[in-house]
Amino acid sequence: MIKLDSKIPDGKLSEKWTNHKFNMKVINPANKRKFDIIVVGSGLAGASAAATLGELGYKVKIFTFHDSTRRAHSIAAQGGINAAKNYQNDADSVYRLFYDTIKGGDFRGREANTWRLAEVSNNIIDQCVAQGVPFAREYGGTLANRSFGGAQVSRTFYARGETGQQLLLGAYGSMNRQVNLGNVEIIPRREFLDVVKIDGHARGIIVRNLVTGELEKYASQAVVLATGGYVNVYFLSTNAMNSNVTAAWRVHKRGAAFANPCYTQIHPTCLPVHGEDQSKLVLMSESLRNDGRIWVPKKPGDTRGPNEIPEDERDYYLERRYPAFGNLVPRDVASRNAKYVCDEGKGIAGGKAVYLDFSDAFNRIGKDGVKDKYGNLFDMYANITGVNPYNVPMNIYPAPHYSMGGLWVDYELMSTIPGMFVLGEANFSDHGANRLGASALMQGLSDGYFIIPYTMGNYLGTEKPEKVDVETNEFKETQQNVEENINKMLSINGKQTVDSIHKRLGHLLIDKVGMSRDEQGLKEVINKIRDLREEFWTDVKIVGKANDINQTLERAGRVADFLELGELMAKDALNRNESCGAHFREEYQTEDGEALRNDEEYKYVAAWEYKKEGEWELNKEDLEFENVKLATRSYK
Amino acid sequence: MSEKNIKLTLNIWRQESPEAKGHFEKFEKEISPDASILEVLDEINNHLEAEGKEPIAFESDCREGICGTCGFVINGQPHGPLPKTATCQLHMRNFKDGDSLYIEPFRATAFKILKDLIVDRSGFDKIQVAGGFISFNTGSAPDGNAISIAKEIADEALDAAECIGCGACVAACKNSSAMLFVGAKVSQFAILPQGQPERYERVQAMVKVMDENLFGSCTNTYACEAECPKGISVLNIARMNRDYFMAKLKTGTNE
Ligand SMILES: Cc1cc2nc3c(=O)[nH]c(=O)nc-3n(C[C@H](O)[C@H](O)[C@H](O)COP(=O)(O)OP(=O)(O)OC[C@H]3O[C@@H](n4cnc5c(N)ncnc54)[C@H](O)[C@@H]3O)c2cc1C
Ligand code: SF4
Ligand code: FES
Repeated sequence: MIKLDSKIPDGKLSEKWTNHKFNMKVINPANKRKFDIIVVGSGLAGASAAATLGELGYKVKIFTFHDSTRRAHSIAAQGGINAAKNYQNDADSVYRLFYDTIKGGDFRGREANTWRLAEVSNNIIDQCVAQGVPFAREYGGTLANRSFGGAQVSRTFYARGETGQQLLLGAYGSMNRQVNLGNVEIIPRREFLDVVKIDGHARGIIVRNLVTGELEKYASQAVVLATGGYVNVYFLSTNAMNSNVTAAWRVHKRGAAFANPCYTQIHPTCLPVHGEDQSKLVLMSESLRNDGRIWVPKKPGDTRGPNEIPEDERDYYLERRYPAFGNLVPRDVASRNAKYVCDEGKGIAGGKAVYLDFSDAFNRIGKDGVKDKYGNLFDMYANITGVNPYNVPMNIYPAPHYSMGGLWVDYELMSTIPGMFVLGEANFSDHGANRLGASALMQGLSDGYFIIPYTMGNYLGTEKPEKVDVETNEFKETQQNVEENINKMLSINGKQTVDSIHKRLGHLLIDKVGMSRDEQGLKEVINKIRDLREEFWTDVKIVGKANDINQTLERAGRVADFLELGELMAKDALNRNESCGAHFREEYQTEDGEALRNDEEYKYVAAWEYKKEGEWELNKEDLEFENVKLATRSYK
Repeated sequence: MSEKNIKLTLNIWRQESPEAKGHFEKFEKEISPDASILEVLDEINNHLEAEGKEPIAFESDCREGICGTCGFVINGQPHGPLPKTATCQLHMRNFKDGDSLYIEPFRATAFKILKDLIVDRSGFDKIQVAGGFISFNTGSAPDGNAISIAKEIADEALDAAECIGCGACVAACKNSSAMLFVGAKVSQFAILPQGQPERYERVQAMVKVMDENLFGSCTNTYACEAECPKGISVLNIARMNRDYFMAKLKTGTNE
C-alpha cells in the first residue's frame, strides 16, 4: 500500500497557495547553482519549467525525443487558453473559473489544485504577453477573447488557430535565453526509457540516443517529467504521432501511482475516420462551436445532401436537449450525444458523422467575418477533405483527444516517488473526470512557470540531496534492464508489424473503453488485451538494429507499454461503478441518459500501484469538497 | 471524399547514414486519393517491415502542418507542388493516376542527412539561442492589457511568428540561405513594442550565428517565400536587413 499524502495545505481555499508559498523552504540564490535538475519533455509544461528553473539559477538539462524542443505536441493546440481576467466585464472571476472547472470535471478533481490553477491563470497571460506572444487584439488595442464549452463567460485568449504554437514558441524562447546564459542545456533526440532510483528517490534517467542507438545515463538531484498524455493508446487520436505513455509508464512500474487511467476525453469536433490506412485524426477546434451549429437529419438513414434538407427536418440535438448551453455544452456531453444520434442511425447518410453548420454565422457576420475568426481552420478542413466548408457544412465526429488521468501527484506536483515531479498532461491533477476546453494549455504553463519553481525549492531545501555519480550500481542495473528489454523485443522476429498490433489495440479500446463502457464489455476487453500482449511478445516483427536510427524499435517500445496501460484503463473503468464526466458506464445513467455519479462510494481518486505485469493494487485518495456543493451537472 | 484509387510510381531517397552514398528506390503503389503522402509512406513501410526489410526513415509529428517536423523535396519542390502546405498536408488527390514522384530530403550544407529522409536542422535552434527571445524573467510581467497593441500590429507580428521552423526555405534556396527563417523571428519582435529594447542587439546576434552555421547569403531570388508552407513574406528579410544596417550604425560595429 502506498501512502497517498496529497499535502493539501490547511486554511481557506483562497489562501492555501499563498500560505503554502510562505511556508515552503526557499533556497538562497547562490545555492541554487549547486542543484542539477533533469526535465524530460519540452512541451508547454516542460519548456516553461526549464526556462523558469533556469532563471532561478538551477542547472537544468532538458530532454526530448524530437529533433528540436520547438516541436512538442503542444504546438498543435489551436483554440486558446483560459484566464479569469474578466476583461469582457461578464462577471468572470477566479471563483467562477474554479467553479466551472470543478463542475466541468464532474466533481472528481481536487478543489485546492483547481483553485490554484484559476488563481495563477491571470499571471500566465501577463507572462506570455511580455514574452511577445502575439495574442489576438481588439481594434482598440486590448486583448481579445472568445468563448469555449462549459462556460458562459468569454475568457479564452487566442492567437488565430495557433495558440499552442505561439505559447510554445514563447516558452521555447525563454528557455533558449537560459541556454544562452548557460543555465539550461538542451539534449534533443533522446528517448527517456527509465528512471534511476537511489534510496527510493529519483536521481537520474536512462535515455536512448535516437541517432546512434546508444543508451546514456544522466544524474541529477531531482527529475521533472512533462511527457504529455496517452490517448495514442487508441491508435487513432488527435495527438501528435509520437505522443506516448512510455515515460509515465516506466516510472509507474518503478513505483509511481497511476491515477484515474479511465478518464480519457473523446473530443466532439474532429474529422470523421475515412479509411483503414489513416494514421491520425484531426481536431477541428472547439472554438468552432461558438458560431457553428451542430445537427443531424431527423430521419434515420437520410441520404440527401445537407443543403437539400429543410430546416424543419433537421435535429439541432444539442440546442434541443441543452437550451442553456446549446452547442457549448462540455466535451463529454457533446461527444456522447453525437454517438447517440449516430447509433440511432441519424448520422450523416446513416454513418458516423454529424454536421457542423455555419450558415447562421455567414448570415450574421458574413463569410469574411467567419474567415477572419476561423480562416485557417476552414482551410485545414478543405485541405484534408477536399470539400469547401464555405459551401457545404463540415462533417465531424468525436475522437480521442486528451487524458485527464495520469501519474498521481500531490499538491506540490510530486509523484509517489520522491524527487520525481510530474507536470502537464502527464499528471492527473486538475481536471477531474473531464477537461474543459482551453484549460490544458493553462495547466501546463501554470505547472511549469508558477508551481514547480516553488515546490522544487521546497523538496531540494528539505531533502538536501547530494550529487550522485552515473557509475553507481543503480545506474548500471537500470541501464542493463533497459538494454535487455530492447534486445528481447529485437529477438522476437515474428510476423506481425508493430502498427498492426497497435491498431488492433486501438479498436478494442475505442469500442469498449471509449465514449461508453459496460461491465461485460470491460471484462471481455481485459482478456483480449492480455491475449494481444501475448501475441506482441511472441509474434511482433521489428526490423533493424539497436545501434542505429530505428523508428520501428521506438514504436515497438511504446506499443508494449500501451498494451499494459490499456488493461489498466479497462480495470479502472470496471472498478468505477458510476458515470462521471468522460467515464460513462451504461449501467449508471439518469432517466434522460445523463451521467449518474455515485458520490457515496466513488468520490475518490483511484491511484493504482503496480505490483507485477497485469496486477495492481488500488489506493484511494478521498476527495473533500468544502467549498462547492456536489451537484448533478446540468447544462439544460 | 474521392472514390477511385490511383496508381503512382514513387522514387524515394534511401541513404543508410550521413557518410553513405544514397540512391532512389522505386515503389509502385495503388492508393486512395484521400491518403496523405505520409500515410502512403506508412503503408510502404508496413509492407517493408512485414517483408523484414528496413522501412524508410522519415520524421513527422503533428501531421497538421504546424510542428515543422516533416519535410521532403517532392519532384524538386520542398513540401511538394501545392502552395502554403507542409508535406504532411499533401493529399494524393493532388496527383493523377500514373504520375511519378521523386521524394528526397531537404538538402543543404547546413542540414546533414542522418538517414533516408531525416536531416539535422539543429542549426536553426542555435540561431534562436543567440537571440530569438525577449529577456524577461517569469513573474515580473505587467498586466496583459497594460501594453496596448493595435490589432494590425498584433496581426502583422503573428504573420511573422507563424514560421514552423521546417527548413523548406533553406532547401529551396540555391545558396541555402536561412534569411526567411531568421527574418521571421527578428520581425516578430521588431514589430511588437515588447521587442524594442533588444531590437538591434538581437538581429546582430542572430545573423552572426546564422553565418557561423553554414547557411548561405541571400541573393533575392525569393524561392524561399514560394515554398514556405506558412507563406512567410520576404518583406521580413527586408526588415531584417534594415534593422541589421541600423544596428551597425547604432553600435558602430562594421563587421
Ligand atoms: C489538436 C489538439 C488541439 C488542442 N487544443 C487545445 C487548446 O486549444 N487549448 C488547450 O488548453 N489545450 C488544447 N489541447 C491540449 C493541449 O495541447 C495538451 O494537453 C498540452 O499541450 C500538453 O502539454 P504538455 O507539455 O503536458 O505535453 P506535450 O506537449 O505532449 O509534450 C510532451 C513532451 O514530452 C516529450 N516526451 C514524451 N515522452 C518522452 C520520452 N519518453 N522521452 C523524451 N521525451 C519525451 C515530447 O517530446 C514532448 O516534448 C489540444 C490538444 C490537441 C491534440
Ligand atoms: S520561413 Fe517558412 S519555410 Fe522557412 S522555416 Fe519558417 S515556415 Fe519553414
Ligand atoms: S508533421 Fe507537423 S508540420 Fe508536418
